[in-house]
Amino acid sequence: MNTQTTTQAHAPQGAPEAVVEAKNLDLVFPTNDGPVQALKDVNLTINKGDFVSFIGPSGCGKTTFLRVMAALEHPTGGSITVNGMSPDEARKQRAYGYVFQAAGLYPWRTIAKNIKLPLEIMGFSRAEQDKRVEQVLELVELSGFGGKYPWQLSGGMQQRASIARALAFDADILLMDEPFGALDEIVRDHLNEQLLKLWARTNKTIGFVTHSIPEAVYLSTKIVVMSPRPGRITDVIESTLPHERPLDIRDSQEFIDIAHRVREGLRAGHADD
Amino acid sequence: MRTFLSVLTVLAAIVAFWYAACVPMNIKGVLDTAERAGAEVTPVTSKERRNMGSFGLVASNSFAIAATFSQDRPRLPAPHQVVRELWNTTVMKKVTSKRSLVYHGQVTLKATLLGFVIGTGLGILLAVGIVHSRVMDMSVMPWAIVSQTIPIIALAPMIIVVLYSIGVQGILPKAIISAYLSFFPVVVGMVKGLRSPDAMQLDLLKTYSASTSQGFWKLRLPSSMPYLFTSLKIGIAASLLGAIVGELPTGAVSGLGARLLAGSYYGQTVQIWSALFAAAILAGLLVALLEVIEKTLLKRMGMSG
Repeated sequence: MNTQTTTQAHAPQGAPEAVVEAKNLDLVFPTNDGPVQALKDVNLTINKGDFVSFIGPSGCGKTTFLRVMAALEHPTGGSITVNGMSPDEARKQRAYGYVFQAAGLYPWRTIAKNIKLPLEIMGFSRAEQDKRVEQVLELVELSGFGGKYPWQLSGGMQQRASIARALAFDADILLMDEPFGALDEIVRDHLNEQLLKLWARTNKTIGFVTHSIPEAVYLSTKIVVMSPRPGRITDVIESTLPHERPLDIRDSQEFIDIAHRVREGLRAGHADD
Repeated sequence: MRTFLSVLTVLAAIVAFWYAACVPMNIKGVLDTAERAGAEVTPVTSKERRNMGSFGLVASNSFAIAATFSQDRPRLPAPHQVVRELWNTTVMKKVTSKRSLVYHGQVTLKATLLGFVIGTGLGILLAVGIVHSRVMDMSVMPWAIVSQTIPIIALAPMIIVVLYSIGVQGILPKAIISAYLSFFPVVVGMVKGLRSPDAMQLDLLKTYSASTSQGFWKLRLPSSMPYLFTSLKIGIAASLLGAIVGELPTGAVSGLGARLLAGSYYGQTVQIWSALFAAAILAGLLVALLEVIEKTLLKRMGMSG
């Protein structure tokens, strides 16, 4: 069922290409109180160009799954491939950019220099660095702010700069861990709109962790509902919303229906508590 | 303005307390001198006076109070005596004179700065090792802590003797004692500073597959700057102390330590106190200088609190 909708939404020609494939994924953290099952039997396929949101209460493993994709955690069972290789190899191939909840810009670097950080580490030439900084600043609508220091920018602008930093080396997967969680709702709405535009322009595959049902429904082509103890997937919802999404789509019946199904999924996950 | 007045009030209180303390501290000496000069003193003999409390003597000889502030070799010199001595041995003397505190100060300052550079360098190197190697963390850190529990006054002569026997003398032994005191705050501060980037920052670098050295130069070192400066300010004061202590057991003829030692040999209390104040002023200047550098640098780095 998933192939149908994503084809509609994003990839016009041919069968969708799987970017991330997780099979029977398990992850157990050893802790002082005994082992904690962070992920249990997770099966998920993310296709090229998908916008996938992970939603669920704290401890459901949504961030952990994102970190597994990024090779920041390693599964204790099952398998996962990113672009057909292990997450570690994919990272070396610069397969993904990662955006954290906090912008985490270096205060001693200007915005432009912050965006150059990954480029310097990856050994891009000076000229190429400058070119890319201009490009990504334009993508996140921060052109002209390259010379500013982080403290001269608002929280929302800082987070956009951190997205630009993640885009700078042109990874085709963008992983975002509650990137707008610390921002107020008005700024968040604006950034969500911008993010959709950016996604449409760049054709990236996006993995997006969130606490917010409206945010997940508004942004995603695919919503993964998770529940805790052990962290597992309880529902995968293919969005039927059109690719073009003005903010007021959130008042449409279709939007409300999808949001309702997400809420049901979250409630089901809590039933055994 | 109000802060300035408050600070001034505290300073005035300290000076007033100091003057007040001079009276009971110096009264016996003043009365002995007065008796020899033929003045009428109660009680009459110095033997009787010895058994009396200082405050009792002050009460029964109030005429002598003024003289307690102007003795030649007082037990406790009055503030103006110290200030006059400082003035006479700095501004009024040529800087090349053996009686000039500026001359002695610069001798100590050279050893201090050399020791500070050695100590800071060593401290940073050790901190880098400790942060990057678990083995160094477990093997070096305890020794660094133990090293600071040994009284430097006991260790200094040994360092000087050992170094002399292998032909090292002059400024270097003093600088090494300085370094011995100043490396420790730098190690502690830098270890904390280099470890200050949070898990998210380190994860971010991991997603770029950054090497350890890239992580060090681009993230850890810049992040550690506020910690480094805090340590440097403690370190430079410790360096000065080390240089002075290094001058004591060698019978050095120049340096603030030598000045202290000479003063105590000849009972020149005013000279001791003025050398002490010179050392304190020097330390204050060095710390203030570091503070200016710190403020400027951290502001440019966007890290000033």
